[in-house]
Amino acid sequence: MHWDLSSDRPIYAQIIEQMELMICSGVYPLGSKLPSVRDLAQEAAVNPNTMQRALSRLEETGLIYSLRTSGRFVTEDVNMIEMTRKRIAREHIQDFLDRMIRLGFQQEDIVSMLMDMSKELKK
Amino acid sequence: MSNLLECKDLTKTFGSTIALMNVNLEIARGRIVGLLGPNASGKTTFIKLCNELLTPTRGEILIGGHKPGITTKGMVSYLPERTYLNDWMRVSDIIEFFKDFYDNFNPEKAHDMLGKLGINPKDRLKTMSKGTKEKVQLILVMSREADLYLLDEPIGGVDPAARDYILDTILSNYREDATVIISTHLISDIEKILDDVIFIKEGQVVLQKTVDEIREESGKSVDALFREVFRC
Repeated sequence: MHWDLSSDRPIYAQIIEQMELMICSGVYPLGSKLPSVRDLAQEAAVNPNTMQRALSRLEETGLIYSLRTSGRFVTEDVNMIEMTRKRIAREHIQDFLDRMIRLGFQQEDIVSMLMDMSKELKK
Repeated sequence: MSNLLECKDLTKTFGSTIALMNVNLEIARGRIVGLLGPNASGKTTFIKLCNELLTPTRGEILIGGHKPGITTKGMVSYLPERTYLNDWMRVSDIIEFFKDFYDNFNPEKAHDMLGKLGINPKDRLKTMSKGTKEKVQLILVMSREADLYLLDEPIGGVDPAARDYILDTILSNYREDATVIISTHLISDIEKILDDVIFIKEGQVVLQKTVDEIREESGKSVDALFREVFRC
């Protein structure tokens, strides 16, 4: 797994986003066990305390849970993951819309361009 | 959390030159700390004071509650900015040397890391490149089970790939109750692995924060903030 961390935003926040992405995209499937904090930190080349902080936040949201002796696991709740996926999708779309509006496009233009491009994608 | 290192009004002068002025610091256990400052800001002086290679002009340092001395030498593993090892020695000789000196030195760990880097323990230091020598030194220092690791410019002379390896070595070898202090001005390379950042300027601490605090508050990387604070 490749971690892509930019330098101008808090690292733990970026780790949360990327872990969410990995969970939603099935890199870490439902109910699967996550690697240890230390291994994840090493993989992402970040400080273990930072990784710990990010995982604690993810635990608070319920996307992952920990069992005292056996480690951390991805939730088994399909709805929870579906909600997260949709939330991420909305964020991406919002981001996209903001940029298009900044470029001076009207709502109708955006939608029709989007339709055209997605048709091409199907072919 | 108990502090591993505390400084009170730490001051060091060399004649009329002020190297450190009234430094007050508290550093907890389990942290990786970047000691960042431009050249001649006092980084090495601070590290040498922690090692009793220099003595304070005024004020004090406590490491685990002790003044630097015989007790703290066992607790502190120090990587100096320049090598003190003899060029004619083989790596395996130096490992024996460290075994004699430090009872918390773990030779298996050293051999293991040397193996991973493809360094032959039978090689003499003088046949090695600058980068390889630096790796050997870091391996020796990180193979001690110390409370405090003081690394003075550990990534200065090596290429970016070797830098990544060195950072990886620091991450994989440090223990939860130990603290690592890394002095450097190559900030962008190391900021991802740091908990805390200390900016030191003309012998004074101008900032002590966590990396994520800096990024949250300023929206900037530590590297970018450093360039702003220390603009020439």
